[in-house]
Amino acid sequence: MDENKIFEYTKYTQDIEAMKAAHQVLAEYSFTPSLPQKGYNNRSLHIDLGTLKFTEKKIDEAMKQTFTGGRGFGLKYLWDAIKPTTKWNDPENDIIISPGPICGITQYPGAGKSLVVTLSPITNIPIDSNVGGYFGPLMKFSGFDALEIQGKSKEDVIIVLDGVKGKVTIETAPQESLDSHIAAEQFTHQYASDEADLRNVSVVSSGAAAAHSLIGCLNFSYYDMRRKVTRLKQAGRGGIGTVFRDKKIKALVVHGPQVKGDMNHPADLGRIQRAGVRLHKEMHDFDDKMCTMRKVGTTNIVSVMNAYDLLPVMNFQYGSHPESVNIDKTMWIKRFTQNIPDGCWYGCSMACAHGVDEFALRTGPYKGHKVVVDGPEYETAAGCGSNCGIFDPDWLLECNFYCDTYGVDTISYGTLCAFVMECWQRGILNKERTGGLDLSWGNGESQLEMLHQMARGEGFGLIAGQGVQRMKRIFADKGWGDFAFLTDIGLEGKGLEQSQYQSKESLAQQGGYYLTNKGPQHDEAWVIFMDMVNNQIPTFEDKAEALYYFPMFRTWFGLNGLCKLPWNDIEPGDNRTKNAPMDAAKVPEHVQNYVDLFSGVTGREITKEEIIKMSERVYQFQRVFDLRMGKGVRKYDQPPYRAMGPVTKEEYESRQERYDKQLKDWMQIDPAGKSTEEKMALHRKYREDRYQKLVEAVYKRRGWTADGVPTLETLKRNGIDFPEVVATVVPHLK
Amino acid sequence: MKYLKTSPAKCKGVRACEKTCSKTFFKTEDPSKSAIQVKEVGGKFEINVCNQCGLCIAVCPVKALSRNKLGVVVLDKNLCVGCLMCVGYCPTLSMRTHPDLREPFKCVACGACAKACPEKALEIAER
Repeated sequence: MDENKIFEYTKYTQDIEAMKAAHQVLAEYSFTPSLPQKGYNNRSLHIDLGTLKFTEKKIDEAMKQTFTGGRGFGLKYLWDAIKPTTKWNDPENDIIISPGPICGITQYPGAGKSLVVTLSPITNIPIDSNVGGYFGPLMKFSGFDALEIQGKSKEDVIIVLDGVKGKVTIETAPQESLDSHIAAEQFTHQYASDEADLRNVSVVSSGAAAAHSLIGCLNFSYYDMRRKVTRLKQAGRGGIGTVFRDKKIKALVVHGPQVKGDMNHPADLGRIQRAGVRLHKEMHDFDDKMCTMRKVGTTNIVSVMNAYDLLPVMNFQYGSHPESVNIDKTMWIKRFTQNIPDGCWYGCSMACAHGVDEFALRTGPYKGHKVVVDGPEYETAAGCGSNCGIFDPDWLLECNFYCDTYGVDTISYGTLCAFVMECWQRGILNKERTGGLDLSWGNGESQLEMLHQMARGEGFGLIAGQGVQRMKRIFADKGWGDFAFLTDIGLEGKGLEQSQYQSKESLAQQGGYYLTNKGPQHDEAWVIFMDMVNNQIPTFEDKAEALYYFPMFRTWFGLNGLCKLPWNDIEPGDNRTKNAPMDAAKVPEHVQNYVDLFSGVTGREITKEEIIKMSERVYQFQRVFDLRMGKGVRKYDQPPYRAMGPVTKEEYESRQERYDKQLKDWMQIDPAGKSTEEKMALHRKYREDRYQKLVEAVYKRRGWTADGVPTLETLKRNGIDFPEVVATVVPHLK
Repeated sequence: MKYLKTSPAKCKGVRACEKTCSKTFFKTEDPSKSAIQVKEVGGKFEINVCNQCGLCIAVCPVKALSRNKLGVVVLDKNLCVGCLMCVGYCPTLSMRTHPDLREPFKCVACGACAKACPEKALEIAER
C-alpha cells in the first residue's frame, strides 16, 4: 500500500469545537498521574454517577496475589459492589474496566487488552468481555489499574480521564452522537491537543440500539494513523453496552501520555523484548503458511469450518454451504486493505484488525456515507452471514457496521437473527407477527431493518433485542410455537446466545460451551479440532482434562490484558514435529513466552504450572459468584438439544450416512427399517446421557460436587475461602 | 539512495567498524550496540548491515520509519513506541535491539565505519 494513500471517508468532525463548548462540567476530580511500576499502579478509580463522587482505591499485594488483574479485579470489585438480589439495572450495578499487569507493553503481539465486567442484563450473572483498542493501556498510563462506574446519572454524560493534566471530569455532551463511529471521531478530535496527539486518545462508547435491547456492546476506539480515522474494537458479549446506556453514559474518554516501550517500568525489559522479537519473527516466517492473519484476519477459518462441516448454517441446522465461498478469505483478501499495520495495540504483528475501506452504506440513517467497516471477524461472518443464510459480503459488511455503531453484539445478533429466521421458516413467525418483516433465510435487507428498528426502539426489533431466551418464552406464551421445540432450537445457555461454532458433533465442545461460567462463549475452550478432527481426547476423562486445562489456561489472558490469538494462531515452525500432539496443542514455547512476559514485567518469577493456579483462583471465584447470583449449578449447565444433535428430520436426513453409522458404531443398533423419527429418538437419548456423563467427569476434575458447586476443599486449595465465598457455597453442599 | 556498500571478501575481521559505530552513536565500544555486525563463518567473514531496502517502513504502526532526502531509512525515536516489529520483519535481520535501549537502531549510512575500515571493505555508495 502506498504510504501516502489518502482514504476518503465521510467526515464527522465539523463543529466539534462548538459542540465541546456546549459541554457542562458537572463534577471534577484532580489526581496525580502516575505510570505503572512493574505493571501496576496499585490503585483504581471508582466513580459514582449518582452522587458524582470519585474515590481512589488502593490495590494491595493480597488482591494482586489472588486476582492478578483484568477479569480478576473486575469480578472482585463487582462482588463487593452488589448483593445477591441486585438486578442489572439497579444503580449499584458496577461496570469495571481493568487491563492487567502485562497490558500496555508494546513488544509482544496482543498486549493491549482490557477486561470489562458487569452484572449482565441477559444472563443476570457476571459477564466478562475481552476488548482491544487503546483505552486500557492509556488508562494504565494515566495512573489506574481499573475503573469502576457505579450509580446512574440523571442525564447523559461523558467521563473524561485526562492522564496528562491529572483530571477526571463528568460532563454533559448534548450534541455529540450516541453512535460509536461518529462519537469516537468527535471525542477523539476534541480531546487530542493536535494531530500527533490523536493516537493518545481513546473513546469507549455504545450506540442507539443498546438502550432498546439486552445485547448492547461497548466499542473501544483507537486512532488509525494511516487511514486517519478512528477504528473500533468491541467488548461484545453479555449486554455491557445496555448497562452503560442504562447508567446514561454516552462515552468514556481517556487522554493519555505519548506511549513508549517501557511505560510499565518492567523488571526486565530485555526479556520482554526478546520474547517479542521471537514472535514477530515467527509471524514473518510462518503467518502466510499458517493462518494468514495479517492478510485476512479471523475470516481465515470460515472455509476451514465449512470444510469440516462445522460452519453454523441456518441456525446451526447445517455445517456447510456452497455459497460460503462468498464470505470466506478468498473474498476478504480482496476487500480488506492489504499491507497496512492492522494491530489493535502497538506491537501486534498478528495484526488481524482489518478493515474494508470507503464502504458506501445502503440503508439506515447513514445511507450513502462512506465508512471504514471494522471487520468482519469470523464470528460476525458466521453469525450474521452463514447462520442467517446470508452469503452476500456487502450485506454482511452493512450488518457488521451498524451492529458496531449502534452498540450491538454481532454474536448475539447473529444467533438471535438465525433463531427468528428459523421460526419464520417453520411458520412460528409470519408477517403479521413480525409487523411486516420478511425473515426468510438470506434476507439481508430484513436483517438490517430489524437492527434499525432496535436502534429506533420500535417494532419487532424490540422483541428480537431481548435475546433468544426471552423470545422462546414470548413466542410460546403467545401460542405461536411449542416451548419445547423453541427450546431445542434456541441456542443459548444461561441466557447468553451461543457463539458461532457447531458443537453438535463434538461432545467436548458441548462441554466447552455449556460448562463455561459466563455462558456459551468460545473464549474458555475451543476444543473442536482436538476432539473431532484429531481425536486426541477420546475418553470422558481426556475430555474432562481438556475442559479443565484449557479454560484455566485461557482465563489467564484475561487476567493480564492479553489477546489469546497470538498464543496459538501462530506456532513455531517445529511445534508439531518437536512435540507430541496434545503438547503441541498447548504450544509450549509460547507458554514459555508468557512466563517471560509476566516475570519480565512484574519481577515475580512464575512457572507454567503457576499460570494455571493464577487462573483457577479467579475461575473458581467466578463459579461461586454465578451461584451467588442464582445460577452456578448443574441445571444451568445444560445445552439446548440443537447444540447436541439433530432436532429435525431434515437435519438428520441431511447427514443421514453419518448418523446411521453412529447408531451402529456407538449404540450397536442397526438403522435398517427404522423411521427417521425412531432413529432421532435413539440419538437423542444417547447424546443426552453422554453429555451428563461428561458433566460428571468435568465437575469431578474441577473439584465440584455432582451439582456443580465448588467444594470447601476446592475453595481452600485456591485460597479463596473468604467468609462470603464460603457462606455462598455452604447451603449448596450436601 | 545512499547506502553502505559492503565487500565481505575484503573483510579480515578487524571489527573497527563495530567499535566506531557503537562509539559514535552510544559512546561505548560494544559490538552489540553497533549497527554493523561482523560474523566469522567457516573461516570467512560475513557483514550484516542495513541495505536501506525500506520494507520496515510499512510495518511500523506509528510511521516512525521513513526515508530522508538522501534516501536513507531513518527512525524517529520521538514517534517510536519500541514495539520492535521492524526488527522481526527486517529481511536481512539488520534492525537491531539491545536491552539497554527502548527503541531499535539501524545503519543510517553515516560513513564512519567506512572511514575506519583498514581493509576498505566498506564504502558509502548510491543506487
